[in-house]
Amino acid sequence: MSLLNPPDRIDFSAPSADEVKTTTCYMCACRCGIKVHLKEGKVRWIEGNRDHPVNKGVLCAKGSAGIMQHNSPARLRKPLLRTGERGSGEFREIEWDEALQLATGWLADIRKTDPRKLAFFTGRDQSQALTGWWASAFGTPNYAAHGGFCSVNMAAAGLYSIGGSFWEFGEPDWEHARYFLMFGVAEDHASNPIKIGLGKLKGRGAKFVSVNPVRTGYSAIADEWIGVRPGTDGMLVLALIHELLKADKIDAEYLVRYTNAPWLVIRAPGKSDDGLFARDEKGRPLCWDKRRSAVGDALSAEVTPALAGTYTLPDGRMAVPSFQLLAERYLDPAYAPEKAAAITGVSAETIRRLAAELAQVAFSETVTLDIPWTDWAGRRQEKMIGRPVAMHAMRGISAHANGFHTCRAIHLLQMLLGTIDVPGGFRFKPPFPRPAPPAVKPAGKPGQIAPGQAMKGPPLGFPAGPEDLLVEADGRAARLDKAYSWEAPIAAHGLMHLVVRNAWAGDPYPIDTLFMYMANMSWNSAMNVPETLAMLTDKDASGAYKIPHIIYSDAYASEMVSYADLVLPDTTYLERWDCISLLDRPISDADGPADAIRQPIVKPDRDVRPFQDVVLDLGARLGLPGMVNEDGSSKYPGGYPDYLVRHERAPGIGPLAGWRGADGGGQGAGAVNPGQLDRYVENGCFWRHELKADQRYFKHANASYLAFAKSVGFVGSTDPIVLQLYVEPLQKFRLAAQGHGPVQPPDPLRARVEKFFDPLPIWYPPFEHETADDFPVSALTQRPMAMYHSWGSQNAWLRQIHGANRLYVGRRLAEREGITDDDWVWIESRLGKVKAQVRLMDGVNPDTVWTWNAIGKRSGAWSLRPDAPESERGFLLNHLIGDVLADGSPNADPVTGQAAWYDLRVRLSKADGAPRSEPRLPTLPRPPGISEPPSVLRYGSRFRGRA
Amino acid sequence: MTDLPKTPGSKKLGLVIDLDICVGCHACAVNCKEWNDGGHMAPLTDLDPYGKDVSGVWFNRVHSFEAGDHECGRTVHFPRSCLHCEAPDCVTVCPTGASYKREEDGIVLVNAETCIGCKLCSWACPYGAREFDEIDGVMKKCTLCIDRIYNETMDEVDRVPACVSTCPVSARHFGDLGDPESKVSKLVAARGGMDLMPELGYRPVNKYLPPRSAREQKAPPLRPSEEVAAKGFLAWLDRMLSR
Repeated sequence: MSLLNPPDRIDFSAPSADEVKTTTCYMCACRCGIKVHLKEGKVRWIEGNRDHPVNKGVLCAKGSAGIMQHNSPARLRKPLLRTGERGSGEFREIEWDEALQLATGWLADIRKTDPRKLAFFTGRDQSQALTGWWASAFGTPNYAAHGGFCSVNMAAAGLYSIGGSFWEFGEPDWEHARYFLMFGVAEDHASNPIKIGLGKLKGRGAKFVSVNPVRTGYSAIADEWIGVRPGTDGMLVLALIHELLKADKIDAEYLVRYTNAPWLVIRAPGKSDDGLFARDEKGRPLCWDKRRSAVGDALSAEVTPALAGTYTLPDGRMAVPSFQLLAERYLDPAYAPEKAAAITGVSAETIRRLAAELAQVAFSETVTLDIPWTDWAGRRQEKMIGRPVAMHAMRGISAHANGFHTCRAIHLLQMLLGTIDVPGGFRFKPPFPRPAPPAVKPAGKPGQIAPGQAMKGPPLGFPAGPEDLLVEADGRAARLDKAYSWEAPIAAHGLMHLVVRNAWAGDPYPIDTLFMYMANMSWNSAMNVPETLAMLTDKDASGAYKIPHIIYSDAYASEMVSYADLVLPDTTYLERWDCISLLDRPISDADGPADAIRQPIVKPDRDVRPFQDVVLDLGARLGLPGMVNEDGSSKYPGGYPDYLVRHERAPGIGPLAGWRGADGGGQGAGAVNPGQLDRYVENGCFWRHELKADQRYFKHANASYLAFAKSVGFVGSTDPIVLQLYVEPLQKFRLAAQGHGPVQPPDPLRARVEKFFDPLPIWYPPFEHETADDFPVSALTQRPMAMYHSWGSQNAWLRQIHGANRLYVGRRLAEREGITDDDWVWIESRLGKVKAQVRLMDGVNPDTVWTWNAIGKRSGAWSLRPDAPESERGFLLNHLIGDVLADGSPNADPVTGQAAWYDLRVRLSKADGAPRSEPRLPTLPRPPGISEPPSVLRYGSRFRGRA
Repeated sequence: MTDLPKTPGSKKLGLVIDLDICVGCHACAVNCKEWNDGGHMAPLTDLDPYGKDVSGVWFNRVHSFEAGDHECGRTVHFPRSCLHCEAPDCVTVCPTGASYKREEDGIVLVNAETCIGCKLCSWACPYGAREFDEIDGVMKKCTLCIDRIYNETMDEVDRVPACVSTCPVSARHFGDLGDPESKVSKLVAARGGMDLMPELGYRPVNKYLPPRSAREQKAPPLRPSEEVAAKGFLAWLDRMLSR
């Protein structure tokens, strides 16, 4: 060091905070625990909470950029009322009183006349237990959140098959798995838990196989990458099942003990009971008991059930075990690896090898835990023995029109290998498993809606047959989004992606008000953006908007704000109370149920209100049942936190499960505890109950676990939950299509329902692929890890990582098309074309191109400068993706209505002209009250503590 | 122009980064940015943060690239930050002594009070680890979170660089690479930890653990069951399976 040099002054022990508060992150859907360090009232640093069950101290890029989200210049500041044409972005600021009176006026008129004319849809909101209840109280069936365009295929396939699902209701056994097969996970769901798990798994030397058309993110560290053709995973899985059956490498003991493999299926072609389970007079399913050579109670522990054979029932009907139907189907050469190779692009040799690897790990590397447990029949087992093959699947399976059956096929593979809730396999997260399908049914049948009345039941649920559909006598949909109609019978999350179109078309009926929250339906959450914008702004002959009123709540100046008539500004996630509830989408892990809250860390510096407070306020103003006292006063004058503590869904069951009872000593169920939120805050803003060691596996058939689950209201009885290889409710829909029963599909839909409601998984080409000869290339999107599920692009730090998306093209495809790196190309689908810049790569299926989703922004939105790269060079593939197919039917899974984002087919051609993305939409003005963004950011300088 | 410590201590604090499990999520980069924006070298200025030419000071950046062809290749995520070299030209080139290497632990720092912003150090660093703050006119860089690792107001467990504590896959490790018995040194020995561009002779303290070769399952091919081949699904007819 130079002698002239004064020493560097380092404050080695500068305190990071005056105060540290815990809360729950909301930069994506992971719901990690965070510790927010505050200095002089400002957020200094956000770190992961080491005690938290979800993230165990780690934090991702988004969570770490929370400071910039919280301080974003795009934050709305005050309620806004539209003054110009819809879409012009012209507003004036109004007071909350005026805003709420206006909304109350519109909504009160609707409720008085026809409550269905309110369509209430929320985006990636995490308070669906509140919003769904509110919709029921209002009396409208037209409610859902964003699950219909996200992951309903995974949820529905899981809940109808195994009573749980990938991601939210289950997870791989990261501690014990020796082979991990992951399908279609686009760097997302779940974020930190998967990363933590992969680190452990690879550290232990387990093999990780990733099936995904793109080799980025998690797939990059896989031991083997299978670059499958998009939308063909189901065929790959069924070929694996074919190979395993042929080699007799299935766990028949597991199937008999825990699944409906031995349940007898009636064979009576043409009859109304064909394909249904044979049941006794009490409705209990029957099996063939080999020891007694007679039918027996399939749920009894005392039978020795047959897996094959044709049997005569006491009443003379013929029946076969469902396993026989399964084996019969998948042993067929139609599922041979060679057939699958032609469809999937994965060689027959590779398929055979994967099947052999699965079999070897499952049957030669069993994991044994020395933990005695007692099964559902009261039999003590000395050990927990598992087949250590774990699987996980998500968006890449979900977002195809064949995703429901593909996800079912994966669950079938898991069941055949005996890897569900066993050591080393897939594990349920309490409150799951629940009976498959769960018992709750959607409300909203025509007779259940009346002016001024609440709906008796929740808007979303799980139909068990045609009688549970929400259809008019003539078969038309009763809901605006046509969920639970014959177009989407098992639409367990609704179909948000069809709401704008149907509201515009008045199909099945016109509505008055579209009320949305955190859903960018004029941009990256819309399919076919140009047409969606036209529908949002279209007028009838009288000059009135076809969608009369649009109310929108968001914290930020997103693209959707400009298309609202009334904007209700929300807070940031650090300014609010929130609840991540067991009634909704909990944060449980496989070793214990858990829920969490958010607490306000700082006060808003703007005239904004938490959306949940506003919803309860509106409810009180409208006099909705459950939200007002008998004298008409608000039941929850303290807003959302008041509701969280005092609301009871059923006696003793509230939004939060921890510290219930007057003394806070109860959990799961118990009386209201006025000090409950304090107890959460003391505990780091979460509650978790750790299961006893003997309750942690075989939860579907574990006496101790089931007794616990019943005691806290997770399940209604301690009966074992039987995994469903063969899904009888699907057959009920099929029978209706064949002309049986009182509720039948309209004639034009009969063939479709009959085909797709197969009680065993099928594979069929995604609809867009079938008619896409001129568009030979699949085009996919995925969210980058640094922005998954986040409204990230206005974030000053994250946009430096992903500021303008490219179209990623495989080198072989590029060579064929004469495209080189950095070229600008037209991406053309049957709907139109988008101009984008190319980046060449190797790790992508040769027939596929892809890009990062939601990086491209509309110029002027999100308080970005109009010439920001997000709009200059970034682009949105959504412009090319139809919400409906060429024939007008939904571009969706025919079983669940899941939006088929990933079925897009395109062709590429070189583009000339300026190096800018197209189409270019007019720049949106900044809403009033929002000032120009800063040109320099030196946020942290205030914290500098130099000695 | 600036001397390295005459009597370098045995302690060599640094990072060990596991390229086998890094998924390229940028958590380390952003958490580093967040901590250090308010830390010893604060702020980490961003220019045009919401505009066309956004650029900012980052002490840690993640690069993703592909190696090999198609299925045979692999995608590698590579986090890059100061390697706290044992023989760093970025120090010796400094005309004022602002760029220096600490004797007691080997951390390379910049004294913001004496840095004249001549950028010679950034030209000297072949790893691109130096970041110039246009507004302060000062060179900034990774401090190995010197305001965390000795911070007596923090719990012992938290006294690691922010990038290490936040990494979701546990791909980042911190410790004394001068002590052959330390956890990080043993990890380097066990996994064949590598220097980045050793031929340049700067002797980086930070090490990278190379991707392991892919795990192979080596399963024997499945043999078709003769019974299934002969009887089809009726192969399962005679099994006696209890509930």
